Amino acid sequence: MHNLSLLGLLAVPLIGSLVIFAMPGGGEDNQARQHTVAKQTALVFSVLTFVYAVVLAFQFKTGPDSSRFQFQGSWVWIRDLGVHFAFGLDGIALVLILMSTLLVPCVVLASWNSFDTVEDAEDAVPSKRSAKAYFGLLLLLEVFMVGVFAATDIFLFYVFFEAMLVPMYFIIGSFGGPRRQYAAVKFFLYSLVGGLLMLASVIGLYVSSGTASFAFSDLVGHVPGGATQKWLFLGFFIAFAIKAPLFPFHTWLPDAGAEAPAGGAALLVGVLDKVGTFGFLRYCLPLFPEASRYFAKTILILSVIGVLYAAFLAMGQRDMKRLVAYTSVAHFGFIGLGIFAFTTQGGTGAVLYMVNHGLATGLLFIVVGFVVARGKSRQIGDYGGTAKVTPRLGGAFLIAGLAALALPGLSTFISEFLTLVGTFVRYKALAIIGTTGIILAALYVLLLYQRTMQGAVLDKVRAFRDLNARETFAIAPLIILIIALGVYPKPITDIINPAVNYTMHDVGKTDPQPQNVAQHSPNGGHK
Amino acid sequence: MSALSGVLTAAGTDPSTYVHAPSISYVALLPILIVLGGACLGVLVEAVAPRALRYPIQVSLTVLVLLAALIDVISLHNKLTTTVSGAIAIDGVSLFIQGTVLVLAVLSVLLIADRGVEPGSAIVASAAITVGSPADRELASSRRVQTEIYPLALFAVAGMLIFPAANNLLLMFVALEVLSLPLYLMAGLARRRRLLSQEAAIKYFLLGAFASAFFLYGVAMLYGYANSVDLSAIFAAQNSSTQSDTLLWLGFGLLMVGLLFKAGIAPFHSWTPDVYQGSPTPVTTFMAACTKVAAFGAILRVFYVGFSISAWDWRWLIWAAAIASMVVGAVFGLTQTDVKRILAYSSIAHAGFILVGLVALDAQGISSVLFYLAAYGFTTVAAFGLVMLVRDANGEATHLSQWSGLARRSPLFAATFTFLLLALAGIPLTSGFTGKFVVFRAAYHVAGPLVVVGLISSAVAAFFYLRIVVMMFFAEPAEDGPTITIPTLLTYIPILAGVLVTVALGVFPQPLIDLAGKAAKLHG
Repeated sequence: MHNLSLLGLLAVPLIGSLVIFAMPGGGEDNQARQHTVAKQTALVFSVLTFVYAVVLAFQFKTGPDSSRFQFQGSWVWIRDLGVHFAFGLDGIALVLILMSTLLVPCVVLASWNSFDTVEDAEDAVPSKRSAKAYFGLLLLLEVFMVGVFAATDIFLFYVFFEAMLVPMYFIIGSFGGPRRQYAAVKFFLYSLVGGLLMLASVIGLYVSSGTASFAFSDLVGHVPGGATQKWLFLGFFIAFAIKAPLFPFHTWLPDAGAEAPAGGAALLVGVLDKVGTFGFLRYCLPLFPEASRYFAKTILILSVIGVLYAAFLAMGQRDMKRLVAYTSVAHFGFIGLGIFAFTTQGGTGAVLYMVNHGLATGLLFIVVGFVVARGKSRQIGDYGGTAKVTPRLGGAFLIAGLAALALPGLSTFISEFLTLVGTFVRYKALAIIGTTGIILAALYVLLLYQRTMQGAVLDKVRAFRDLNARETFAIAPLIILIIALGVYPKPITDIINPAVNYTMHDVGKTDPQPQNVAQHSPNGGHK
Repeated sequence: MSALSGVLTAAGTDPSTYVHAPSISYVALLPILIVLGGACLGVLVEAVAPRALRYPIQVSLTVLVLLAALIDVISLHNKLTTTVSGAIAIDGVSLFIQGTVLVLAVLSVLLIADRGVEPGSAIVASAAITVGSPADRELASSRRVQTEIYPLALFAVAGMLIFPAANNLLLMFVALEVLSLPLYLMAGLARRRRLLSQEAAIKYFLLGAFASAFFLYGVAMLYGYANSVDLSAIFAAQNSSTQSDTLLWLGFGLLMVGLLFKAGIAPFHSWTPDVYQGSPTPVTTFMAACTKVAAFGAILRVFYVGFSISAWDWRWLIWAAAIASMVVGAVFGLTQTDVKRILAYSSIAHAGFILVGLVALDAQGISSVLFYLAAYGFTTVAAFGLVMLVRDANGEATHLSQWSGLARRSPLFAATFTFLLLALAGIPLTSGFTGKFVVFRAAYHVAGPLVVVGLISSAVAAFFYLRIVVMMFFAEPAEDGPTITIPTLLTYIPILAGVLVTVALGVFPQPLIDLAGKAAKLHG
């Protein structure tokens, strides 16, 4: 079990990051050149990482007899504590890694010129912006993102989970908007509190399972039931719910999402938040099946509340980035529904949603970033008729928006549909209420588009230039994938399905008649 | 003292061996003798060497003596024995503790010796001058320094070497006094804020004297019970003695008061914040790191060698002390506004965590305690070393509000201190996490509720560590705020060593876990 391929996947961005950080920091005249080299290095290494991930994906076996975790490698790290440096991919982790590694080069391209000039004119005290630090941090973040999805040792997962905070914190805190410090601290503290709760559960898991190991495969099925399991579940759940973020743990996201630089926000919402939902699927359900079933209804209700509440808040936003952040909270509600409905459609839909949401929201943040870079303002009211001046930017904005509202034909539709169908099988009322979220999504997205892109052309907007080649390249892969997966999602679902089945099997293992649950709940509803 | 113990043990058993002189293995005692000899030599240097030469001679002598003793301790690892008719045990635990004390003492002495960070020295030249008198004002402006602190430190270290190795309670008492008396003096030697320092010294002395009296009273009771002050004899007597158990429990309780006081465990902790705050910071470092390690070594020995047979009866007492310590440390720490006091409350909480490991009366419990002591010692040395660097015109700026925005002035300092705070909070990849982990794992099966309290109080304590972090990183720096002094080599080495060990024990703790596991043996 010493497959090195995942270590390689971690090593590529790590080397890139180290190379960038190790670059000599020349004087004033050298700075421009140094920036260019840093950018190019970041692009090369992030593309390499993506190519590497794609190669792995082609070697991933999806047949019915394929093993759950592939490319497994495990090395003893701290023998006495039973900690292993252990990696392995199941289908869920693989597609999320593919999505993340694709997003990083897009973000690098999109942020190409962000630090040559001060991006936000509102900022009274422009901080010292170093492209070198930004791109180095991006690649470092990529290392942790890949690690968190690929780890199969819970201790190692926790380490990556917490480590991700650090580069993200600096990306927000040093390169963000005017209230970046506040947003960075809020982000950090929320995540840290969640992380500490999870740490308590990780330790509890270790001692109560009696396996003297942190390996995921050793722990599944060995967690004692009853109150212990519920407490341990809550520790993990709250950490992931904060990360996801699920209502009512979401209040940090609008601040962080709005203040982070556009590229950072795309990764924050596109990838980091997926770690929360990924955690539900990978850790909460298989490790604590009994507690998951016990809390499922509560979580489903919270998810539906989140869908509606965030949608209403999104409609009321004047700040574009805050609006996008709120749409994400709503979308995470759908993912929550799909996961905790405990149906295969729901599970598959949720995973698909994670991938599509990463692409769509990543795209939306990047495009909004383009708009903000031109208009030096995040306020919706400062724009009007933009699409007439810059048709390509307008088109990209429209596609990103339509993807966010899950238009049929785009990839997000399939996932939203699947999660709702999966929920409907068990919880009809919740699914029906959740569906209204789609209508609200159409409202806030189209209103945003109408206000900024349509209508009378403002004077300030006239001077905007359209997307150049670099910017087009940054978003083209995302747009192509959103459309392609909307028409033909089979490659992704083939990879996901076995992993989702394993997960559902883990949850249902101590619950041999899931059908009964399905039959009971409508009966309960008729009473 | 060896003759004394021979007399005492003999008197109770067999008159024919009354004048039996104990055999003494000087090899086993060599580390202790080296340090004691070095201390005496230091006194002579004070008396005869010219003033200009004293500082270099004293510093190099002290460091060399400590290093020589350390090498000797390491070389003893395969010559485990008991000597002086069983009064001193050179076993795994005492060697591990002695080694840890010596390493930490070297680092602390380097901090004490530093003369660059605080112009002159952090140590006052003439502690007996009345504060506020003309002589005192003259002293404040002069750069005069004295060097008597080095032999004092060596005497204290010698006490700390005997303390955890003493299988005889009277010897343990002597060691307690040998280590305490110099510390009382050293606490009063701060160059700045001398009233605070003198107050700390007086408090420490008075309370320490009480604690010693309790200890001695306990020894008397136990002698009445077991007819001996040897721990092994007390152990045996618990099976056979016809004396009332009241004597035993009174004796044990009183003994514990003395020991828990030295280790700074609630409810005998109240001196800690005042003394930590008032003492010169290098001396605080010395106390926080070395004294704690030595005191826990002695507690380990008393528990395991003397009283493990009746563990079931006294364990509630340790539970209570552990819970009190963790809760007091975590909760009261929240309200503190002085960095040194915060670290003091943190040390109280940590003492509670270590006590949790002691509750598991097995080899795993011992090794977890040993590991935790080493891990905590290094982290605390580095933390106090960094505290020394934050200075304004009035010396060290330890008030929390003065730390606002320090990250803006020195990101490296803030990042390093944050890392140490995370280690104290027990975040993974730091030694603090590994330490808590091994301790809680050892105690989980015997003391589940204690572990739960431990985890909760860690979470509470994490809050006040984070407060410092938030203050440094996110508050606006004050106009006339303190600056970060560039550390001199003598400050730099202990800080660097502390940080590196904190990282290493977090990322690759296995070697030290193995060592502590091998060392987890006590000779009766």
